[in-house]
Amino acid sequence: MRAYLPAYHAEVPGSLRAALETMAREPGVWTPLAGGTDIMVLLAAGRLPPGKYLSIRGLPELSGIREEQGAVVLGALTTYREVRRSAMLGRRYPMLCLAAAASGAAAIQNRGTLGGNIVNGSPAADTPPALLCYDAELELISMATVRRVPYDGFHTGYKTMDLRPGELVRSVRLPARAEGAGALHYYRKVGTRSAQAISKVVFAALGSMEGGRVRACRIALGSVAPTVLRCRRTEGVVTGLPLDPARRREAAAVLRTEIAPIDDIRSTRAYRERVARNLLDDFLARLAATGGPGD
Amino acid sequence: MNPGSQAVRAAGGPIRLRLQVNGHRREVDCFPMARLLDVLREGLGLTGTKEGCGEGECGACAVLLDGVLVQSCLVPAVQAQEASVETIEGLRGPGGLHPLQEAFLEAGGTQCGICTPGMVLAALALLREEPDPDEAAIRAALAGNLCRCTGYVRIVDAVARAAARLASGGPPS
Repeated sequence: MRAYLPAYHAEVPGSLRAALETMAREPGVWTPLAGGTDIMVLLAAGRLPPGKYLSIRGLPELSGIREEQGAVVLGALTTYREVRRSAMLGRRYPMLCLAAAASGAAAIQNRGTLGGNIVNGSPAADTPPALLCYDAELELISMATVRRVPYDGFHTGYKTMDLRPGELVRSVRLPARAEGAGALHYYRKVGTRSAQAISKVVFAALGSMEGGRVRACRIALGSVAPTVLRCRRTEGVVTGLPLDPARRREAAAVLRTEIAPIDDIRSTRAYRERVARNLLDDFLARLAATGGPGD
Repeated sequence: MNPGSQAVRAAGGPIRLRLQVNGHRREVDCFPMARLLDVLREGLGLTGTKEGCGEGECGACAVLLDGVLVQSCLVPAVQAQEASVETIEGLRGPGGLHPLQEAFLEAGGTQCGICTPGMVLAALALLREEPDPDEAAIRAALAGNLCRCTGYVRIVDAVARAAARLASGGPPS
């Protein structure tokens, strides 16, 4: 434990309103603290900035999973455990459940939250690639405003994001899906081991076929760029076309230009490029095998 | 009301943390961002809970917080206000030891012992939810607990043995 504890202030607001008022009074001063599974790691390492922390954990206004006019709204404080155990999410957004199950292990899943995973801003986070494939939106709330933004584009750079001083993520909204029941949901996390590891590459993709051609396709990766990344140009290579070997090779070549992996403590650029390409090819092979209506 | 909102209004100094620890009411002064792990070990003298990695990877510091398995190195004191904590010191059984502890002894699930308290607490959390787990469920439940001695086989055996014993003798306490 290398932190000097008296340098850290913490308060527990009694309500969302109280939390937002505190943050509005001193914009940019308070750091929200949810499950603590990232912040407390930094604290023990002596790398958490001293200052004021606002424990929003347990606020009912930020909790719970509900269905709303076809969409699903997850409170920002929804834990990985809650995501993993939701039968409804398992049916409708299975990659999100796989991502939650791949995050840490039981004790982390009991505390870590979806909103925290997003705002922590790690490009290696497990749930964001799934959220990108499902076209998630974020609802951001402050004393002055409530706004809804697409999750794609929320991260503006390494650990930077479109979150204003005084704002909290209130919820994550997953729109009703249009791909139909035959869609392939493909989620793979490659790490040192199945539990507890931080990813070397995360790959999420959603696709459907019609008449031997790709009807729709979304691909998102983690740990290959300063932010999690939706790979639209790669999607464009295959959308509307049959998945012959030449097409798959072209997709791999384009993917390579869309990602920018680095050498770091967890892996190397070369390994990440290879794994990303292999996972893309595996996804496309499986997608082709689904055939789809009209085949 | 969010639990604990009263007690920490005066931020900046230490707080008076009120806990139910292994069924006993305890109070301890600590800084709001102190780790529950340090509050237990240093504030309350409960050194059965171990520190391994200090970054949530190894599970040695696992305790039950309001019945839920957590890594106590990742829980700030301010989030444990008025909570109930179960640590390895609180485990009891008819013969003194809890059936899980007996099973760890019998199966050879303990060698150096540093991981054992966390393993036992993780297993306890599993058996309360799933009294008859198969091997895969046991391994998944212990996936966040590292052991550098046993190779895990005997730990998994111990949990299966405890589950069988508890099934014949009533629910785990």
